[in-house]
Amino acid sequence: MSAPGSHVAHHFPDLETQAHAARLGMWLFLATEVLLFAGLFTAYALYRMLYPSAFAGASKLIETSMGALNTVVLITSSLTVALAFHYSKESRSKLAAALLLVTLALGGVFLVVKYLEYSHHFHDGHLPGRFYSYAALQVPGASMFWTVYFLMTGLHGIHVVIGMGVLAWLAVGAWRGSYGGAYSTPLEVGGLYWHLVDLVWIFLFPLLYLI
Amino acid sequence: MNDLLRRILFLPEQGSAYAQQVDALHYFVITMTMLGFAGVASAVIWFVIRYRRRSENEATPRVEPRAIHEVLFVGGPLALFLLWFAIGFPLFVRLQTPPKEAMDVYVMGKKWMWKYAYAGGPNGVDTLYVPAGRPVRLLLTSRDVIHSFYLPAFRVKQDAVPGRYTQTWFQADKPGRYEIFCAEYCGVGHSAMLGELVVLPAAQFDAWLDESRRSAPVASAQDSTQSDPSPATTLVDQGRKLSSEYGCFKCHSVDGTRHIGPSWLDLYQRKEPLEDGSTAVADEGYLTESMMDPRVKVVKGFQPVMPTYQGRIPGPEIAAIVEFIKSLRTDAVHPEPTKGRAYEPVPGFDPTTVR
Amino acid sequence: MSLSPVSIPPPSAEPAPLFNERNYLVAERGWRSWLTTLDHKRIGMIYLVLTLVAFLLGGIYAMVIRVELLTPGPTIIEAVTYNKAFTLHGVIMILLFMIPAIPGIFGNFFIPLMIGARDVAFPRLNLLSVYLYLAGMLIAIFGMIHGGADTGWTFYTPYSTTTITKVWPILLGGFILGMGSIVTGLNFIVTIHTLRAPGITWMKMPLFIWSAYATSVIQVLATPVLGITLLLVAVENVFGFGVFDPARGGDPVLFQHLFWFYSHPAVYIMILPAMGVISEVIQAFSRKNVFGYRAVALSSLGIAFVGFFTWGHHLFTSGQSAVDAGVFGVLTMFVGIFTAIKVFNWTATLYRGSISFQTPFAYVVAFLFFLVFGGMTGIALATVALDVHWQDTYFVVAHFHFIMVGGTITGFLGAIHYWWPKMTGKMYSEKWGLIAATFIFLGFNFTFVPQFLLGNAGMPRRYYSYPERFWPLNVASTAGASVLALGFVIILVYLLLSLKYGKPAGPNPWGSRGYEWQTLSPPPVENFESQPTYPRPPHDYDDANPAKEFH
Repeated sequence: MSAPGSHVAHHFPDLETQAHAARLGMWLFLATEVLLFAGLFTAYALYRMLYPSAFAGASKLIETSMGALNTVVLITSSLTVALAFHYSKESRSKLAAALLLVTLALGGVFLVVKYLEYSHHFHDGHLPGRFYSYAALQVPGASMFWTVYFLMTGLHGIHVVIGMGVLAWLAVGAWRGSYGGAYSTPLEVGGLYWHLVDLVWIFLFPLLYLI
Repeated sequence: MNDLLRRILFLPEQGSAYAQQVDALHYFVITMTMLGFAGVASAVIWFVIRYRRRSENEATPRVEPRAIHEVLFVGGPLALFLLWFAIGFPLFVRLQTPPKEAMDVYVMGKKWMWKYAYAGGPNGVDTLYVPAGRPVRLLLTSRDVIHSFYLPAFRVKQDAVPGRYTQTWFQADKPGRYEIFCAEYCGVGHSAMLGELVVLPAAQFDAWLDESRRSAPVASAQDSTQSDPSPATTLVDQGRKLSSEYGCFKCHSVDGTRHIGPSWLDLYQRKEPLEDGSTAVADEGYLTESMMDPRVKVVKGFQPVMPTYQGRIPGPEIAAIVEFIKSLRTDAVHPEPTKGRAYEPVPGFDPTTVR
Repeated sequence: MSLSPVSIPPPSAEPAPLFNERNYLVAERGWRSWLTTLDHKRIGMIYLVLTLVAFLLGGIYAMVIRVELLTPGPTIIEAVTYNKAFTLHGVIMILLFMIPAIPGIFGNFFIPLMIGARDVAFPRLNLLSVYLYLAGMLIAIFGMIHGGADTGWTFYTPYSTTTITKVWPILLGGFILGMGSIVTGLNFIVTIHTLRAPGITWMKMPLFIWSAYATSVIQVLATPVLGITLLLVAVENVFGFGVFDPARGGDPVLFQHLFWFYSHPAVYIMILPAMGVISEVIQAFSRKNVFGYRAVALSSLGIAFVGFFTWGHHLFTSGQSAVDAGVFGVLTMFVGIFTAIKVFNWTATLYRGSISFQTPFAYVVAFLFFLVFGGMTGIALATVALDVHWQDTYFVVAHFHFIMVGGTITGFLGAIHYWWPKMTGKMYSEKWGLIAATFIFLGFNFTFVPQFLLGNAGMPRRYYSYPERFWPLNVASTAGASVLALGFVIILVYLLLSLKYGKPAGPNPWGSRGYEWQTLSPPPVENFESQPTYPRPPHDYDDANPAKEFH
């Protein structure tokens, strides 16, 4: 897989078709991810409708500034991953690798901020279901907010970690010069995945923090 | 004809006019299904015989459909299916809308028994007594997992879901005894969760109800949350006690005085003007909804400050509170709490002889 | 309508060898070459073995259930064991057999062959899907050995979140199987989009490809919702987060909506591939182009699309509003319309054909019978008022077994008898094939027709014991199930024997014009010795514009 031209697997007629297949596959995969989260968004919508005041009260307990910070961090990381793909196409592999590392670092910042938020919630008893022990807000549905909150942000967090794994692997490849020029599809589809992780957060942030 | 088809199809006896109508649709649908099946099957068999391969090098023509063929293929079944639906859907709507004058029975599923409570008492387990010739509305809930209340002879089935009320109704034609099954899988005792519906002649039912109320001691609401139910009283008395425990009286009066929330006196069946300009009749559904979702229909002139009780009050206690509210009428006579056993044998009625 | 002669089989310049000695089965040797294979044909064969193991296991549970129901009271097992048995029967048959079988085996094997491709688009993902399947299977079997769940395959909350049996391994297994299913579907969609050989346009694709495509769309779009739902139940079961727990403000009916949003389309994941098989076999054995290619092809997509909007018909008695019930009822009928289009077109295909009643065709006839009856009872269930009586009774059980066993398994048997010569290069015994088909046909009817009547009579499903008036019909059903099981055993025996003693099949024993028959049996590793050309539509038996038949 190192000689030029050998990037085409034997069952594809040409690189163009192969790249098309990879992109199509990734878009389909992103569709499955959206539907995976859709189940949780449905639960959120239903319970918010059932317990509007509890949800409003509980969401006041989250630091909006932390969420806003994370939103900025993730959007920036989407920019850096897009730039990495751009420079890879121009065959500037080392720069692409560096940008991927910046993306990784931003992902790390996101997780650290999330960790700080989580530890605050754990300390105050803002917890799901039977673990809920926050005395100041004892209305029905309050624990449900935290159930939905932890499930949504937890699943998103897992996606961030997986995405960072993928990006780390791509960064190593880019550093070694495995991609470049016409053959930048791995960076492209990896970047698409990272954009999805970002996009899910863009929906989570207003739903959980702002309204 | 009805009876013959019913036996061929193994359908149970028809306990109500509704069951007869459902069965009529059933006969129609099953006949059309058999005809459709016979049509396709005979065409296939005929073609297989008529066009069997006679030599290895047989020629076949190219046959392509014309547009009319596909239109027929779509239109024929579509018309038939929509006809079925046009008959079946109104029947379902009828089942969903109990008559106003229907007698209410609260039904609670519990692993693995059915508990019943009549407004004003008494209570019962597994055997449900109803009058013949009068509509009966069942308000169902469950205290553990989902059950489904199934009366095969009436072609009626309704899930009993914990945390919410569902309803269905039926009107038995004649006295008799009928099976009650649980149709939603609920564990080891699922197939043993059998009940019996005893339909009494109306007069006998009234006598039985009076007798039971007078002698019924202890109608602890259908099922109380304590393991040892306090020998409270009728559903109404229990509702009064529960309302005070849940703090309802902090905001709602029972004597007509205006407080943080609307007074409960004469609330039942009252037309309430709402914040959004519409009106709502304070029936059981509205009262239950207002406990679960207090902010959906706020009465005009009151602040939306009531917390939701969704998940905090078990189903049977909701029933008790609703019954308590219903009992608060300026012209109501409040009966004294009664003493005695819940289910006296029905005087002068031996259900076994009815069938 | 024009008449023109068909000549079959056409002479070929060099007679093809009867048995391909350089085939994919023997190209590499040793178990290691199988475990790491990227060849779609080998992956199909691995699926064949694994899904048959699952089928055997599910079949054993089915027989346990039927024997237990032989008497009204306890017969051989206790209630809790019985509850586990029907749960595992459902889970295994649906998740481990019905959903992966036809796509996993025949989809993997034949999609590339039918579109003239060298392999599927992502061979490594394809291998991954096998291992996901295996992992899911092992976790589920681990769950069965260590306790076994008793929730029913529908996992309704709050029962599934409060039961004392161990549900999480089965849920986790289901989640992993779902991932495998998604990977397979995604792979097929991309393959069909990007790897069709020059000359195979969308409207020249074999009909099996159309149905596989429609199936894959459902797999990709519906399975993730099942995934998250199973995870939620597992989380609820283990940690008590309260998502579906009414005591903590949760809504158990939300689970039903999420569950059926997947599990109703999943029915079409199971039946659509079988419909594709029938489209192929009926053309090959009547030597006719299918009547209304476009209608049959596009109705698959129609079923896939409408199938997403019918889930509410499982909730007619849950307290759903009449409006919802009406909308879901009507939408359900559209599925019936698309199915009817297929049935009528298949039947019309037989008209003026040259019909050879061999084993695969016997299953086509059986399929048509079962599908019409099973399908129309499905529409009957959607006429809302009737459903109230039938909901959760044996009528529903009989209906979906008519579709699942009468449709999917009959289609599966048709497929395996049709393609066995291509996959193994050997012919099985035609005589025993027809005998077994007779057993299957009779056994099936005796098993499931009484269950319709049991449902009419009011026997709820999942009953361990029952009132005595249901007894005779239950005995009939169990007797039928024994005949059905015998039929399956016969098939297994003669297929295995054919591997050793079967006559070489040759490239095209049925004289089919399907694209997959344009290569040797078994196919070489590269699928085709030279790239075939596709001058005409699949299964075109009209020789007015003759084409090269083979090579």
